[in-house]
Amino acid sequence: MATPMGNLMDPAAVPPADLGGKIRSWRDFPYWLLGIAAILGWIAYLVTTEERYENAWDRIIPGLRITIETTIYAFGIALVIGLIAGLGRISRNVVVKNLATFYIEVIRGVPILVLIITVAFVVVPYAAENFGFENNSVDPKWRAIIALALIYGAYLAEVFRAGIQSIPKGQTEAGRALGMTPGQTMRRIVLPQAVRNMTPAIGNDAIAMVKDTSLLSVLAVNEITQNSRKYVATSFDSRGTYPILFAVYLTLTVTLSLLLSWYRRRFGLDDNG
Amino acid sequence: MAKAQPALPAPGPQMVIIENLHKRFDAVTAVDGVSLTVETGQVVVIVGPSGSGKSTVLRCINLLETPSAGNVWVDGMHVNANKTDLNAVRAEVGMVFQGFNLFPHLTALENVMLAQRLVRGRDKTEAKEIAFAQLMRVGIPEKADVYPRHLSGGQQQRVAIARSLAMNPRVMLFDEPTSALDPEVINEVLDVMLKLASEGMTMVVVTHEMGFARRAGNQLVMMDGGRIVEQGVPDEIFANPREERTRAFFAKILSH
Repeated sequence: MATPMGNLMDPAAVPPADLGGKIRSWRDFPYWLLGIAAILGWIAYLVTTEERYENAWDRIIPGLRITIETTIYAFGIALVIGLIAGLGRISRNVVVKNLATFYIEVIRGVPILVLIITVAFVVVPYAAENFGFENNSVDPKWRAIIALALIYGAYLAEVFRAGIQSIPKGQTEAGRALGMTPGQTMRRIVLPQAVRNMTPAIGNDAIAMVKDTSLLSVLAVNEITQNSRKYVATSFDSRGTYPILFAVYLTLTVTLSLLLSWYRRRFGLDDNG
Repeated sequence: MAKAQPALPAPGPQMVIIENLHKRFDAVTAVDGVSLTVETGQVVVIVGPSGSGKSTVLRCINLLETPSAGNVWVDGMHVNANKTDLNAVRAEVGMVFQGFNLFPHLTALENVMLAQRLVRGRDKTEAKEIAFAQLMRVGIPEKADVYPRHLSGGQQQRVAIARSLAMNPRVMLFDEPTSALDPEVINEVLDVMLKLASEGMTMVVVTHEMGFARRAGNQLVMMDGGRIVEQGVPDEIFANPREERTRAFFAKILSH
């Protein structure tokens, strides 16, 4: 019944590479992970031994907190939006269904960078004015969070839709035949199974969002990319700065990937309990 | 097991009344004017070739399908009236599916407990007690804490029967309950159904198991092309089918 959900939606939702599965022969060993570890180790060595890299590191790292915080808030909100829009997409109510589809298609039809600047400089100011706030009362970090949440809400809506539709119709029928309401059937029977199938796709979107926080530099949010660019603008030391930025993102995403892989082994498809 | 019921019980209160039922799916007419009455305590067995509309009739009783025309009553409740509380009706009508449809993320016991708590509003202790008693009734109390994927098809289907019974339904619907099972486990499910019949449960059963129909059925209904071709006491129809369609059908399924 629970099928491996490699095909939930687009190629971007293919499960992350299997990190640290059962190693049965020399063929199964994750050599690529060694390669990544080597790059990271080398850059760590440079940072601790050469002043040029150390200076850049000192300027970049204060932004790490904002990068991570922004991702967590934005992804949390995106999950809620995604669930609502995903349910809306499969609603039998024509109005609800079309509203959800409209939102998803608009977001999917515009580049992320364009969405970020439009939401931050057009949508949020208009909304703020209409709710009686000053035009500039929403700080850039929250504009960024709102923008990312709206964008990923649409992506996650498709993940939720596909996840819910992957559950056989018989499950809903069994719940309804027992007298459960549509809401009870969704919450207690369909969603718990769907979410389990969706964890690879959700994890991929979380990793993608970490990377997309780099686009927030256009909003002058002091995350790590913005810090790097500001430092290069004064030091002119691109070669000493960007490799560190590169390594920080790689560390974040590979760590997240490993965590997801561990999580799936621990709670995922291997264990229906 | 001996015959579960006298062949024709005295007409009692009517549990299910189906009146001139029609069901169309777009261009296809699945059910084309079926009327059928199920007395309380009766076992009605519906047979017929695939596509004859027998499952659709069953699914119209608890409104998994909405009738296109006609009426259905269950124990005095007009099922397909607009003002009827659908969930209340369904709570009184148990249904067993061909594919079991157990909830794979819940243990056998939790499968049997869920609707009791959500629909019947029973507290955890009570629901658990009843669930365990029902698993005893179907003969697998030792599988209470096992997840469905670790159960055989026969065991899964028995848990599904327990799940329905725990709601104290007034009538049980069986939609080809043994069609997805390996031959060697069919009997463990049929035994449970025979036991229910002998306890006086009102049952409507769509099946190809003629042995079950003979032993437990009070009424045999032969369907073809969305209509009832012939109905009556199982033994009489088996011995002496009046309609050519019935004869041809029996010849096909009994010949090997």
